[in-house]
Amino acid sequence: MNEKRILLSGNEAVARGAYESGVKVAAAYPGTPSTEILENIRAYKGIYAEWSPNEKVALEMGMGAAFAGARALVAMKHVGVNVAADPLFTMAYTGLRGGLVLVTADDPEMHSSQNEQDSRNYAKFAKVPMLEPSDSQEAKDFTGLALELSERFDTPVMLRSTTRISHSKSIVLLKEPAEQTAEPKLVKDPLKFVMLPANARKRHPVVEKRMEDLSRFAETFPENRIEWGENKIGIITSGISYQYAKEVMPEASYLKLGMVYPLPQELIRSFASRVEKLFVVEDLDPFIEEQVRAMGIAITGKAAFPLCGELTPALVAKGLKGFSPLPVDEISRNLPARPPIMCPGCPHRGIFSILSKLKLYVTGDIGCYTLGFLPPLSAIDTCVCMGASIGNALGLDKALGEEALGKVVAVIGDSTFLHSGITGLLDVAYNKGAVTLIILDNHTTAMTGRQDHPGTGFTLKGEEAFQVDLVRLAKVLGVKHVKVVNPYQLAATERVIKREVKRPEPSVIISQAPCVLSRRERAVTGKPFLVNSEVCTGCRACLRLGCPAIMWVKENENEAGGKKRKGRALIDHFLCNGCTLCEQVCKFSAIKETNGQ
Amino acid sequence: MDNKTTNILIVGVGGQGIILASEIMADVFLEAGFDVKKSEVHGMAQRGGSVSTHVRFGPKVFSPLIKEGEVDIFMSFEELEALRYLHYLGPKSTIILNRQRLNPPAVSLGNEAYPEGAAEILSRRAGKFKGIPARDLALQVGDVRAVNIILLGALQPFLPISEKIWTENILSRFPAQAQKVNLEAFELGRSA
Repeated sequence: MNEKRILLSGNEAVARGAYESGVKVAAAYPGTPSTEILENIRAYKGIYAEWSPNEKVALEMGMGAAFAGARALVAMKHVGVNVAADPLFTMAYTGLRGGLVLVTADDPEMHSSQNEQDSRNYAKFAKVPMLEPSDSQEAKDFTGLALELSERFDTPVMLRSTTRISHSKSIVLLKEPAEQTAEPKLVKDPLKFVMLPANARKRHPVVEKRMEDLSRFAETFPENRIEWGENKIGIITSGISYQYAKEVMPEASYLKLGMVYPLPQELIRSFASRVEKLFVVEDLDPFIEEQVRAMGIAITGKAAFPLCGELTPALVAKGLKGFSPLPVDEISRNLPARPPIMCPGCPHRGIFSILSKLKLYVTGDIGCYTLGFLPPLSAIDTCVCMGASIGNALGLDKALGEEALGKVVAVIGDSTFLHSGITGLLDVAYNKGAVTLIILDNHTTAMTGRQDHPGTGFTLKGEEAFQVDLVRLAKVLGVKHVKVVNPYQLAATERVIKREVKRPEPSVIISQAPCVLSRRERAVTGKPFLVNSEVCTGCRACLRLGCPAIMWVKENENEAGGKKRKGRALIDHFLCNGCTLCEQVCKFSAIKETNGQ
Repeated sequence: MDNKTTNILIVGVGGQGIILASEIMADVFLEAGFDVKKSEVHGMAQRGGSVSTHVRFGPKVFSPLIKEGEVDIFMSFEELEALRYLHYLGPKSTIILNRQRLNPPAVSLGNEAYPEGAAEILSRRAGKFKGIPARDLALQVGDVRAVNIILLGALQPFLPISEKIWTENILSRFPAQAQKVNLEAFELGRSA
C-alpha cells in the first residue's frame, strides 16, 4: 500500500478523509473556519463538489445524495448549522441509505464569528451521534468513521471541529481510497422518507432506539479510550482540549472521547471510580460535565475552566494545577490595536463613507463590509446573522413608521443576499416596507477568501454557470425601484442614496464593482495617487475614508513652512490602488494621479 | 533541544508572507524527522490585521499552541507587532526582528503614536537578538515579497537542521524563474 506522511490542516484532512472513504457528493457554503474543506475536496477526482447558496440547501442536497445510497459530506461553520437545522432534525428521523457526515467547524474565541455557540448541543438536540477529532490524523480518520457509523446505524453523523483543529497542521498518514462503495440507485421507501405525521410517529421510536444502540456502541468504540497514568487525577476530554491537557499534565490518567454524543456511561463510571479527582476539560459549554453530573458523579469542569472564549494550554494549566497564566505585558497592553480593515481600493469604502457622512442608521450583515463598523467610517449599527439586515430594517420601519423614513438603510453583500437575503426582500416587497436595501455586489464571497456563488457565473469546480441577475431578481420579488450605482463615483452614488432612503416604498440600490482582490476583474487602475504637500491643508477629509494607504504626518510650525496646518496627508504608493476616492473628497485638489511610477 | 519541544512564534501583519514562512518551516521540521504542529488564525489575515502563527517541533508534540512564557524562537515581521507578544517570551528566547514599521489604522489617522524603541526593548529581553532590515534586503535581491525567505535564512543558524533541507523545500515552492531570487534571499538572511 502506498503510504505517505504529510502535514495537513484539519480541514485538508477532512477533505482527504472524504476522498479515502469514497464520498461521492460534497456541498458547503463558505464560512470560517470551515471553508477549506470544500476548497480541498474540489481537487479530488470522482467527487461532485459544490458551493451551495446556503447551508440548508447544502444539507438537503447531501441528504438527497445519501437517499440514493451515495456517501455525502456537508460542511459548514457553527452558525451554518442554525441555517441547516431544519433538515437536520428530520433527517435523524428518516435516516439515509448512503452515509452522510455533517462537518461543523466551531469558532471558540470568535476569531471570525458573531457568536461562539457550541455545536455539541445540536447532536443532543437533534438526536444524532457526534465525533470530535483532536488532530488532523483523527480529522481524516473520523470522517471515514462517521460515514461508517452513519451507514451502520442509519443516521446522519456530525463531526465537530474547532478553529484550532481546522486551522492547525499536524502529521497525517495518507492512504489510498478503499474499495468502491455500492453504486447509488433509486430505491423507493416512502414510509421511511415521507415524514407525514403518521410516518414520523413511527420513526420517532426508531430514533430513540437508535440512540440506545449508539450508547451501547460507545462503550466499546475504540476511539473512546482510556490512557492510564497516575490515579490521582483523571481527565475526561476530547478534541483540542485533549492536546492542551496532555501538554500540561502528561502524567494524569485520561478518558479521551472520540465520540462526544452519546456518551459511554459505563466507561465513564469505571474511569471515575479508579481516579481520586475527576476533571473534564472541554471548550465552551459544560456539555460532558452536565451529563456526568447527571450520572451522580462528582466532577470539576467549568468551576476551573472558563465558559467564554477558547481554552489554551495556559488556561488548562490554571484549571488543573492552579498556575496563573502570565499576565499580558504592560507595554503590550498599551499598543495601538491592529484590526482587519477594508483593503486599499475596496469598493465598499465609498458606500460607507457616504453612509457615515449622511449619519444614517445602517442595519448591517455578515461579510467584509461589517468592517464598516470600525472608525473612522463607523457606519454599521446592527449585525446579527446572515440576511438579518433586511428583516431588521423592515422591523425598524414598521415600529417607527414616518420617524424612520430617510434615516435607515440596510446593507448586504451579494453572496449573503443570495444566501438568505432574498426572503427578507420578499417580505419588504410583500408587506410594503419603506425600506432601502443596498446590495454591495463585489461579485464574490470576499470575507472567506473569494469563493464563487450563484451571482458570479462560476461554480466551485471553476465551470461556467448561469449568473443570477440581481436587478431582475429584485424586480421579480416586487421591488419597483432598483438602481445600479458605481461606488467609485461618490457624488452620483450619494445622490441616489439620499433620494432612495426617503422613498416611502421598497427600493434597492445595487453597488456594482468587483472585489479589489479579484483575479477576474479589475475596477481600479492600480496607479497610485500622490498628495501634493504644498497644496494639502491638513483638513483630514481623505483620512476619514479609513484607507490603509493614507496616513497622517504630524508637523510643527517649521515643517509646515508657514502653512496653517498641524500636519498633512501622505499616500503610501506601494499600498494605493488608485481608486480615486481620496481625490474626490479632497476640496483643495491636493491629490493627483501619478503615472504609475 | 534534544527531548524538548522547540517553540517558534511568528508574528506580523496580514499580507507579509507569514503563512508561507510557517508552511516552509513546518515542512522542513517534518523532513528533518520531527513531530510537528502548527496553528494560526487566518480568517482575517488578508485584511491587514495582526497575524500570529505557532510552530512547534520535537520528538512528540501535543498542543499546537505555545504557552505564554515558553517561546524559544520569536520571529517578528514588524516592530509594533513584536511588542504585542512580550508575555510569550521565555527567559532566553532568541529574537529575530524585521526592522520594518507598518502603521496600524489609529497611527495612520494620527490618533495614536507608533511605539518607539521596539528593538531596544526586545534585545534587552532576549537571550540572542538579531535585527534585520529584511525589506531593504528583499529590494536588494529584487523582490519585495522575499522578506519571509530572508527571515527564514536568518532563522536557519539557530536550528539543528541543515541548510540543504531548507533550500530544497524553498526551491520546491517557487516556479523556476523565482528560484534564484529566493535562494539569494535565503543566503542573504543567513549572513545578515
